[in-house]
Amino acid sequence: MSDPQKVVTEGMALPPAVRTRNVTKYFGAERVLDNVDLDLPTGSFTSLVGPSGCGKTTMLRIIAGIEKAGGGTIEINGVSSAKDVPALGVVFQQGSLLPWKSVQKNVAFGLELAKLDKEEIKERVAHALETVHLTGTEKKYPHQLSGGMQQRVGIARALALDPPILLMDEPFASVDAQTREELHDELLHIWEKSRKTVLFVTHSIDEAIVLSDQIIVMGARPGRVIARIKVDLPRPRTEQSAHLMPGYGQLRSKIRNLLTPSSEQAQSEDIEIPVPRDDFEVIQGMTSMTSNPAEHESRGN
Amino acid sequence: MSIPVVGPEIVKQRNYLRWIVSTSSVLIFLIAWQIYARGVSALLLVGPTAIFSAFHEMISNGELLSAAAASLKVLVTGFFIGFTAAIPIGLIWARFKVVDWVLQPFVSALFSTPLVALVPLYVLWFGFGFAGKVAIVGSFAFFPVLLNTYQGAVSVDPMHLDLAKVFKASEWETWRHVVLPSCVPFVVAGLNVSVAHALTGLVISEFYTNASGLGGIVLTASSTFQTARMFVPIVIIVALGITLMAGTRWLQRRIAPWTAGRSD
Repeated sequence: MSDPQKVVTEGMALPPAVRTRNVTKYFGAERVLDNVDLDLPTGSFTSLVGPSGCGKTTMLRIIAGIEKAGGGTIEINGVSSAKDVPALGVVFQQGSLLPWKSVQKNVAFGLELAKLDKEEIKERVAHALETVHLTGTEKKYPHQLSGGMQQRVGIARALALDPPILLMDEPFASVDAQTREELHDELLHIWEKSRKTVLFVTHSIDEAIVLSDQIIVMGARPGRVIARIKVDLPRPRTEQSAHLMPGYGQLRSKIRNLLTPSSEQAQSEDIEIPVPRDDFEVIQGMTSMTSNPAEHESRGN
Repeated sequence: MSIPVVGPEIVKQRNYLRWIVSTSSVLIFLIAWQIYARGVSALLLVGPTAIFSAFHEMISNGELLSAAAASLKVLVTGFFIGFTAAIPIGLIWARFKVVDWVLQPFVSALFSTPLVALVPLYVLWFGFGFAGKVAIVGSFAFFPVLLNTYQGAVSVDPMHLDLAKVFKASEWETWRHVVLPSCVPFVVAGLNVSVAHALTGLVISEFYTNASGLGGIVLTASSTFQTARMFVPIVIIVALGITLMAGTRWLQRRIAPWTAGRSD
């Protein structure tokens, strides 16, 4: 079995890009985050997975400076985030583009607020749009773009400021499966070239494995880290190649088992690959809802 | 990239059909009215042709134009004062909790009061003339815009506010780039309702202050049993209402095109 306490920290002479210690957060009386320690090594890709209500998005929002932590410390490149750290790149869920601004203006938004001069803004916007293959859409408005294109504009907007750290909050959750796979490849390609430190929040185990160097598994009520798993599948990866790499299935069931009650372990090993992944998730979701495995067996048959 | 749902030719054809059906329904109504009016005393109801000849007469002696001009002046002034007062108050109301607490009881009281009940009060304060009329129209135009502006400012997409925060936007920058633009479709929708209310206010103001304008003609014509003359300003007011509502809808499509799909 996995060793939940194992921290991926090798080869770290410089401070991690993001280091959090004992981050705690309450919503009213409910403790949504309980002493969360995260280390995001500079240039690494980390995913945060867990059931809904585990506080993974809250954790991202705290690192982004959108919300305040109830307790604990957050350091960005060795500097406490309580001090004035430069804006981090944040990619939100779909719908975050400002509908009254053109693509050009949306991507330029952060640059304009940072008071860069016009020529530089123009240059950076053009470059960012080129990176996400959207050159030529400058004059369009968000409602004229597909969901996948909107998310690429969202990525371009975050990249335009050239932040060292990119925080992504379930950015591909509401695009269709095929577009999502294309976006994975595109994101991997961008990341290979730029080597930004990325924190990626998702509820999809597959998405996390395909993209990440390390996966932080969180549990709910209270939200806490239950495992840190190193993904040592070789890079460069693509959506296609990652699924076929040896060790993928083991990694997947390891994380799956951490997220589901232990009684279903044996079963989930059986259903591993090549069942289509979406079906697999549904089956697992259902089994974890039934408390009695025997009862589930009889219902299933 | 366009989404090929229905070809443009088919849409055109459907619109064409719709136009034919709508137009013929109006025509049939007018014909039925004309036929029915023949058998009824001209004191009670007159047909469209009688109204048209009255219209012709009132146009040529200049009476209709000067009445319409007087009404439009009241309508435009009152409407303008009403919504320009409503927008900033709505924004301030949404922005400050304290203002919300202060205003809430008054707004709910005023909102549940039939505004007509306050008309005598306006007459008392602003007189029977132009000022009194403008006050009545203004108060009718005010509330829809106020409530919509408030609603727009409090229902800004939280994700957009987060975005402003991430980019370290100042309070003013957040208003300029996020809050105000997201209010726009709400304000324009408020204007649409407000136009209809302002027209009601206009007619009421012309009835209850010194009779003037289009409403004044309705009043004097009906009290002297000149039914055809009475209908002319009513038709004008209806036409004005339809035009103004279409105008605000056009405005909405024009300045908030991203809401076009949702509102229709």
